[in-house]
Formats: sequence, structure tokens, C-alpha cells
Amino acid sequence: MIRLIASNAILVALVVTALGAILTPVAILRGRRDWLSFSFAAVYTNFALVTVSTLALVWGLVSHDFSISYVAQVGSRATPTFYTIISLWGALEGSIVFWAWVLGMYAAAVVWFNRKREGNLVPYAAMALLLVALFFHILLLGPANPFQAVFPVPFDGPGPNPLLQNHILMGVHPPLLYLGYVGMTVPFAFAVGAMLSGEVASDDWIRLTRRWTLVAWGFLTAAIIAGMWWSYEVLGWGGYWAWDPVENASFIPWLTCTAYLHSVMVQERRGMLKLWNLNLMVGTFVLTILGTFLTRSGIISSVHAFTQGTIGYYFLGFIAVVLLSTLILVAGNSDKLGSEGKLDAPLSRETAFLLQNMFFTVFMFTVLIGTLFPLVAELVRGVKVSVGTPFFNKMSIPLMVALLFLMGVGPVLPWRKGAGPELKGKLTAGVVLGLLFGVVGLVMGARNAYAVLSFTFAGFALGANVGEFVRGANARVRAHGESWLVALSRLVAGNRRRFGGYVAHIGVVLVALGVTASGTFKKEQEATLTPGQSMTVSGHTVRFKNAWLREEKQRQVVGATMEIMDGTRVSATVEPRMNYYPTSQQPVPTPQVKSTWSGDIYLNLMAFKQDGSNVTVKVIWEPLVPWIWFGGFVICFGAILGILPTRREAAVASAPAGGTP
Amino acid sequence: MNWRRASIAAAAAAPIIGLFAWGLTRDPNNIPSPLPGRAAPSFALAVFSPGQGGLMRPAGDTVRLADLKGKVVVLNFWASWCLACRDEHAALSQVAATYEGQPVQFLGVLYNDVPDKGRAWIAEMGGQSYPSVDDPGARVAIDYGLYGVPETFFLDGNGRVAFKNTGPVTPGMVRLKVDSLMAVAALQASAAQPAPAPRAPAKDRAGGPEKTGGAK
Repeated sequence: MIRLIASNAILVALVVTALGAILTPVAILRGRRDWLSFSFAAVYTNFALVTVSTLALVWGLVSHDFSISYVAQVGSRATPTFYTIISLWGALEGSIVFWAWVLGMYAAAVVWFNRKREGNLVPYAAMALLLVALFFHILLLGPANPFQAVFPVPFDGPGPNPLLQNHILMGVHPPLLYLGYVGMTVPFAFAVGAMLSGEVASDDWIRLTRRWTLVAWGFLTAAIIAGMWWSYEVLGWGGYWAWDPVENASFIPWLTCTAYLHSVMVQERRGMLKLWNLNLMVGTFVLTILGTFLTRSGIISSVHAFTQGTIGYYFLGFIAVVLLSTLILVAGNSDKLGSEGKLDAPLSRETAFLLQNMFFTVFMFTVLIGTLFPLVAELVRGVKVSVGTPFFNKMSIPLMVALLFLMGVGPVLPWRKGAGPELKGKLTAGVVLGLLFGVVGLVMGARNAYAVLSFTFAGFALGANVGEFVRGANARVRAHGESWLVALSRLVAGNRRRFGGYVAHIGVVLVALGVTASGTFKKEQEATLTPGQSMTVSGHTVRFKNAWLREEKQRQVVGATMEIMDGTRVSATVEPRMNYYPTSQQPVPTPQVKSTWSGDIYLNLMAFKQDGSNVTVKVIWEPLVPWIWFGGFVICFGAILGILPTRREAAVASAPAGGTP
Repeated sequence: MNWRRASIAAAAAAPIIGLFAWGLTRDPNNIPSPLPGRAAPSFALAVFSPGQGGLMRPAGDTVRLADLKGKVVVLNFWASWCLACRDEHAALSQVAATYEGQPVQFLGVLYNDVPDKGRAWIAEMGGQSYPSVDDPGARVAIDYGLYGVPETFFLDGNGRVAFKNTGPVTPGMVRLKVDSLMAVAALQASAAQPAPAPRAPAKDRAGGPEKTGGAK
């Protein structure tokens, strides 16, 4: 019953999206604008239908309805309800259902918030969204159908992949990722709408798109950081980034989107880089689809085993259509996108943005080429190669260091005119902090030139960005006689977008410090201990107390109770574990992390004697790693500041709301 | 619309799409091993499942690669949790039995598994004609660069890796590789006859249990 409701909902949604998408150009070309309300209705109806089908699948999972193929594949009566619900995105078919739902939600929101806007931009954007949704419905009825009938109905299922039911972040990282990844469809749809409606040369649609892009970017950033956190907490190797194709797939569009968020300011201020920005915007979407194709089709070998039969060919067809149609549209419209302004001074903010864009684009191509290279090498030379961490680190670390430097320079440079004498004062705080951070890095033992530069430029960027807040608030205190805190909050409220950006910069500095410190000063040691024995890593002593076994509903747990020592006193107790799931032959490591402000003590149980007489543990000292996660929160806070409407916009929005019928 | 630029852009997309279309026809997990042609990594592993009839070696006996010199060795990595291993098991076991008394050693190597489960699996599958050894800690699997199970290595009489097969084997393929390696070994032996005689293919070790403690 549930199965029939869910799969029929998708079938109807397929018809509705197809009709709505066809209706849009017909209505516009025949001048029947009243028909457009039907294609808007198709967007809402689609959302309602995919919601029904998503809820039905969740209900099927929760009620253990093993007559549904997806439930029989990932469900189990022993799995806790929380992990049962989130197994919605634990395997291919369910994740496509979730994708269709997020896309339906974005499409409905775009149409709802812009339904009163005149012109053909929004209808064409809605058409683009409907067409993308149509593709996902085709997947759901074809190669990724989660609603197939299973007969005879099994009594129980295997449960989700053990790795995916071992940590709470599995409920956080994937939804964030989909909200970010799928959200990139919205700016793309606006770009298509602008090109088809002929409004592409105006800046109006750029302003309309800005907030949507920032929403998707914020989610994608949060998702990438949460993914790093998840892999750090779950996989037991003590790292958070491995340049795996799946990680790269999320990072590549993030790079182009971040470049866009900066370069679009040059377009708004100076009327330059229009074609470039359009390329970044549609490129970001194409790269999300490309990333999905690379990781779901099995074309590239990755530790994230998501490979499935024929779905690759569907994605290939979709990429071909998207790539060809957008390239034709963008190239065909390129005549209209000439620059209105030009670079006036070499040392201006425009230059900083330009350089930033250049580095981000090079970065994007580096990661993209590194990811695709195995494929090219096999085609050209017939050899199998794998591109690993050394390549990516060697290429990306200099770029990251340069970007840290630009992040400090950009905010203090003025628009248009060359830098004047006031620049010196603006740079002082950054230079002082930068030198301080660099020296501290050296004293702590950093000898790698890039590590020292990274500490230095992180300090420099921190000083420069914090300095913008301090100087602005001081100016208000002098001008209006406000108290310093009032001045600061009014300063930020008056230009949330600009200061939101600076907050995000500060978050990036925290992430950079965490990454550099953990990459430079990480220490790890493995030892076999008997009860009462202890080991010391980087000045942190842990003592093995005892090993134990526990039976849980869905698994067996072997754990070691480890005491973290502060002198002779026990300051904390942690229990690294190995979880044995019946469906998996190998135990799932469950490391435990004891965080302090200066770093993490990371404990992973590697092996144990069955009688509990000894255990082998790996202890890693991970300096400043918690700063990465905290920095992620700060970046998201900055994005939220940038998304919230400013007071002026709120006033404008509420005034003429009923103006146009 | 500027159709000239549009068509150039469209043409630029074609090779990218072509690359992906070609890539879909490849299996990225099928990784060629660098081992063929090189000396096989040595090992000394204890038998946990003796095998049957003339191929039998008693449980607990240590099998060393060094002692198998002159024989063609078929090294099959498997595990009780491996589904594809079920597909090839019967074929491998039957083919191995036909080489009884010849200078060929079939050897199963248990990968990331415990001997009890391995024995239970062999019983469930109706027996295994050749002996299987345990590889605690997967040390030998690592030496052979194992990517997954099943993988089968064919070593020639000189202790070199001649072929590697990823995934289930077929009886015809095993026969072809073993026969050709035996033919090469025979040719080399006859060609080397006039010169100071190398060790002839040793037949004496095919069946008999043997204490290997004193061997170097």
C-alpha cells in the first residue's frame, strides 16, 4: 500500500513536471501569460508529490515494511529508530528520493518568493528547475527505483551499512550536503532564466540570485566541514581529509561558488566580469552534476562505494544535455555581456578579487584534473594510475597560503583608486599579528616554509579582518557617541553582507590554523598495554584500565576503558570501542576523542586479547583540530549574517508588496 | 544569439562527454598487478584445512614457498565471507584434483577470516581438494598487493609470478595457465640439460607429509 502510494506519486510528479516545463515556453511564445500560473502550480504540485513519496519511504522504513525493495535493502528491526530514519540517505535509491525532495522544496520556494516578479525570468527559471526535477524522477522510475515490490516479503533486513549507523553526524552531514549541492541548481536556474528571457545584461537578476547562492554556499560549507568531522570521529585514522574523489566532488563546486561570491561584487560595483560570473554560476551547477556522476556511476574508483548498474549512463546523458545547452546558451549570449568598467588602479580591491578568482579557478582545475587524471591516463596511455594525497597537497598548499594572504589584503584595499597613505594604518594590526603567529609557529617547531607562511598569513588575515570591525566601531563611537558594543552591532547591522563576509574570513582563519597545526605538529603512537600500564604521546599520558564486552540490540561492542592522566590524577575517562555488526565481517572502529582548546587526544582501539589481558591502542595528539569545527560554525554564522535582509531591504520589500497586480 | 560562438562551445563539450562515455565501459577496480614477471613474495603459512586424497597436507604443517621450487603454484586468496569465492570454488577444487601427482601445488590462502569459519565454509561447500593455509594479520595478502577476494596468482617453477586473476576463475582459464606454465618449465628443463643440471621439477614432495624444520 505504502509502496503503491509512493511510486505512483513519483509517476504523477514525472508527468506534472514534464507538462509544466513544456507549458512555460508555449505560454510565453504565444503570449498567454495567464497559462504561466499552471506551470507555477506544477512546481508546487511536484513538491507536494515528492513530499508524499519521501514521507511514505520514511514510514516504510520506520514500520519495517520489507515489501519495499529499499527497506529490504537497508532496513533492520534491530536498528535504532534514529538510524532507521536517516537510512533514507544511506544508499543510492533513497538518496535520490531525498535529492528530488530537496530540489522540489527549493523550486517551490523560488517560485513562491518571486511569483509577483514581472518578466519572463522567473517562469524560465521555474522551467529549468522542473527539467532538472524531471531527470531525477526518471532516475527514480528507472535505475534507482526504491519502490520495487519484494516477494516473498522477508521478515527482517540486513540494516544500513555499519559505518553509516555508527555516529550521530550521519544525521547531519548528508542533509547539509544535499541542501548545499542541490541548492546550486537555483542560481543555475536563474542564470538560464536570465539568458532565455533576455535579461542577462541587467544586474537585477544577479541581485535576485545573490541570497540563494549564499544559502546554498552556506549549506555546502557546513556540509564539507561536517563531513570532515564525521570522517575524523568515525574512521579511526585520525585525519579529516584524504582527497578521495567523493570529497573532491563536494569541494570542486565549492571552489567555483566561493570565487563567484567574491567576483560578483565586482560586477555589482563596477559592471565588470559579467560573462565570467555567468560562467562561474552555471559552472558550479555543472560541477555538482559532474561530481555526482563521478561518484555514483562507478567510473572512478573511490573508497565511498556507491557504484550501481546503469545509473551512470543516465547521468552521462544528463551531463551531455546540461553541458551542451548551457555552453550554447552562455556562448550565444556572450556578446551582450561586455564590461562597463575597467581596472583603474593595480592596487585596488578589484585586483584583489581578480587574483582571488584566478587562484580559486586554478585550485578548481587542479582538483578536477587530479580527480579525472586516472581516466585520462588510461585512455591516452592505457595505464592505470592513481592520484593521491601527495599530488593534491603539493599543488594546493601554495594556493591556500596565497589565498590566506589575499584574504588579509582584500578587505583593506579600497575600490577603484590605488591605495593611499591610510593603508599603512589599516595593515598594522595584521602585520603585527602575522609576525607574532609566524614566530609562535617557529618556536613550536614548525620548519616547513609553507607551514610558517600559513601561520603568518593566518595571523595577518585575522588582524586585517578584525581590524575592519574595530575601526568601523571606533568611527561610530567618535561620530555618534555610542558605546562601543552598540556601535559594533549597528555597524554590522548596517552592512550585514560586508561584515558577514569578514566573519566568514575569521572562520576560515580558524580552520586554516587548525589544519596547519594538526598537519605540522600531529604525533601518534601505537602500543600494546596491560591493565595499569600507560603511554605518553606529546606530553599527554593515557592509562589502560580494563577491557570489556557489551551486547547491544543491533551489535556487540568491545571497549577499552582508558584514563587520561593529569600527573597522578585521572582527569577524564574515555572508551574507544570496536563495534561488531552481524552484517559486517570486520569490526567498525569507534575512536574516542577528548577535546581541549589546544587540541584533541584521539584514541583508537586497534586490537585486543580475547581474555582482556591486553589491548593495542593508537593514541594521536591532534593539535588545534577542534578549531576547524569551531571555525566551520563561524563561517556559517558569517553566511547567515549575509543572508538576513538588511533593514533597508526589509523596508523596500514591505512597502510596494501589493503594488503590482 | 551568437551562433558561431555557441557552436564552438558545443564542440568543446564533445570530447569531455566522449571521455566519460568511454570511461563508463571500464572497470576502475580492475587494477593490473605489477607482480607478473617478478619474484613472488615468499611465505611460510600453517595449513588449517588439509585438503583431500593425494593433495592432502596435514593440518598444522607449514607450507613455504621456498620448498615449492620447481612446481607451478596456484595461490588462491579467499574468505568465508566472500560471495564471489563461492562461484569459483567448485571449479577450482575439481581442476586441482585432476593435477594430482604432477608438479603443481594448489593452495588456498584464507584472507581476513578465522580458520573455524573457513573450515565450516569448506564443509558447507562440499569440501576442498587442495589444502588451505591461514594468513594471520593478512601479511602475505599485503605482500601480494591484494585488492580484494578472490584473487588468484599463478607462479611458475622458478618462483616468479606469471599471471594474476582478479575475481572468480573459470576451469578452462586455470587449466590453460597451469598447462602452459608446466610446458614452459619442461622446455626450460630440457634446454638446460647439457649445462650443469638445475634442479629438476621435484616430484618427491607432491604427497608426503614433511617436517620442514631443518630447511633453510
